[in-house]
Amino acid sequence: MNQTSKKQGISLKPGSIVDGKWHHNRYYIIKQLGRGAIGSVYLCESNGKKAALKISDKGSSVTMEVNVLKTFQKVQGKPLGPSLLDVDDWIDSLGNRYSFYIMEYLKGKEVSTFIKQHGEEWLGILVIQLLEDLGRLHREGWVFGDLKTDNLIVTYPPARLKWIDVGGTTQIGRSIKEYTEFFDRGYWGMGSRRAEPSYDLFALAMVMIHYYHPIQFTRGKVPKKTLMTKLQATPQLKKYHQCIRNALLGQYNSSEQMRDDLSAMMMKQNDQVRSHQSNTSKIKNPQIKRKDHQSQNKKKEIVHPVFESLGICAVVILFYVFYLILI
Amino acid sequence: MKKGTLKQILLITDGCSNKGEDPSAVAALAAQQGIIVNVIGVLEDNQREDSAGLQEVEEIAMSGEGVSQIVYQKALSQTVQTVTKQAMTQTLQGVVNQELMQILGPNQSLEELPPEQRGEVMEVVEDLGETCDLEVLVLVDTSASMHNKLPTVQEALVDLSVSMNARIGRNRFAIFSFPGKRKDINKVSDWAPKLDSLSSIFPKLSSGGVTPTGPALKEAMYQFGKKSLRRSFMREDEPNIEETGN
Repeated sequence: MNQTSKKQGISLKPGSIVDGKWHHNRYYIIKQLGRGAIGSVYLCESNGKKAALKISDKGSSVTMEVNVLKTFQKVQGKPLGPSLLDVDDWIDSLGNRYSFYIMEYLKGKEVSTFIKQHGEEWLGILVIQLLEDLGRLHREGWVFGDLKTDNLIVTYPPARLKWIDVGGTTQIGRSIKEYTEFFDRGYWGMGSRRAEPSYDLFALAMVMIHYYHPIQFTRGKVPKKTLMTKLQATPQLKKYHQCIRNALLGQYNSSEQMRDDLSAMMMKQNDQVRSHQSNTSKIKNPQIKRKDHQSQNKKKEIVHPVFESLGICAVVILFYVFYLILI
Repeated sequence: MKKGTLKQILLITDGCSNKGEDPSAVAALAAQQGIIVNVIGVLEDNQREDSAGLQEVEEIAMSGEGVSQIVYQKALSQTVQTVTKQAMTQTLQGVVNQELMQILGPNQSLEELPPEQRGEVMEVVEDLGETCDLEVLVLVDTSASMHNKLPTVQEALVDLSVSMNARIGRNRFAIFSFPGKRKDINKVSDWAPKLDSLSSIFPKLSSGGVTPTGPALKEAMYQFGKKSLRRSFMREDEPNIEETGN
């Protein structure tokens, strides 16, 4: 539904051709993939290759997104986000100017579809993966900003959660460029809209909640209470409860903290339910857990003997007193 | 470099002005004075987006060199801040464009640059947008037909303040409503760096049927002048004093 604006610029039909003004590349529109606050994204084809095309009549916004994508390209290691293939302008037959850019087309499934097909245990795992990427992004000095279910897809195999729209990506310390109310801590009155790692972590926690509440609820009179009550009332999230809570309350300063917490919680879960997957980090944790048990037992042992001996003494003294009285 | 202050009027209305001068003309005058006029048209839930009364929304914003959007109540919060930010970028881009023209010749605007070079220019625009000072006078139509929308408007304004205060630059907000009891506009809250009082700030609706958008805009324009006199004395050292206003 398009409720925000009347002049939501452009709508391209399948089969249309977008001609680059500067680089003279031709793109054949195949279908629309999505539509955001600025512009629309289409699947297109050029020289037999499929790619994603984002086009908007707001040239400045397109340029800003391109700037972000360009920064991502410079980051070492696995790419953060889709790679940028072309940037150009297109003048349509009526003489209107649109700016567009072409990026790599990531084929994947919606998060909810994927989890429904592959099992709920994936939710935590995908989130942990994303936390790794977010950590790298934050270390580069950026915050993703508009983190929401719609901006994530799962590519597989191997299954991996990826973000697809960088429109909200903001330098740390500035004001968040673009956000979506339900996932925005400002909306819930639980923090500022200044770009800092904890902003993304709040949104990610909301993504987890959103999976079990696909119909977004509103904040009500006391937003924080509404949110916490919803969290409590979602039994499927019980195992992540503490972690989600911390993220919502802004208690994680880095995504590593949240990742470590979340994986510890999932290990515990797997321990109890029995897991056949083996993984180096998973081996580490049961040991920690066992240690926990041992130390608890020790404590019990320390407490018990004292009580025990005291009890025995008391009984003996009692008997002795009776013995004295009786004699 | 001394950063400038951007001045904006944000008009929130449901259209249908019916008294006094043409609001578009006043908006053009404001733009001349360096005050951008943004307009948000609020629809009834059952109203169509292209209804006639709302046509002037776009016209006013166009002559005021600002941004306009027509929305349902539900989307108001997000729209208010998008419109404000967009207008800021637009203004700053205009300024940068003028500089470009001076350097590169009359036909060189940002769009005429190849995409590769545009990026750097936009970075400058973005920097300015983050760090410049901003003054927004919110002018709210409180005529009878708007009445049931006022709580949402209020929420949206608090939200705007949350958004803008995440910036590095300083902000000032003032809220006026129209029509006023005796004057064209009615002061709801004076210039302040934040809007955070959630108590009901809009007065009971004052009159039926009359929507003097033009005169209200004009009066709003003068509010900038009054304040900047006062500001120029205190500006440099102690920004907090400004809160007291008059």
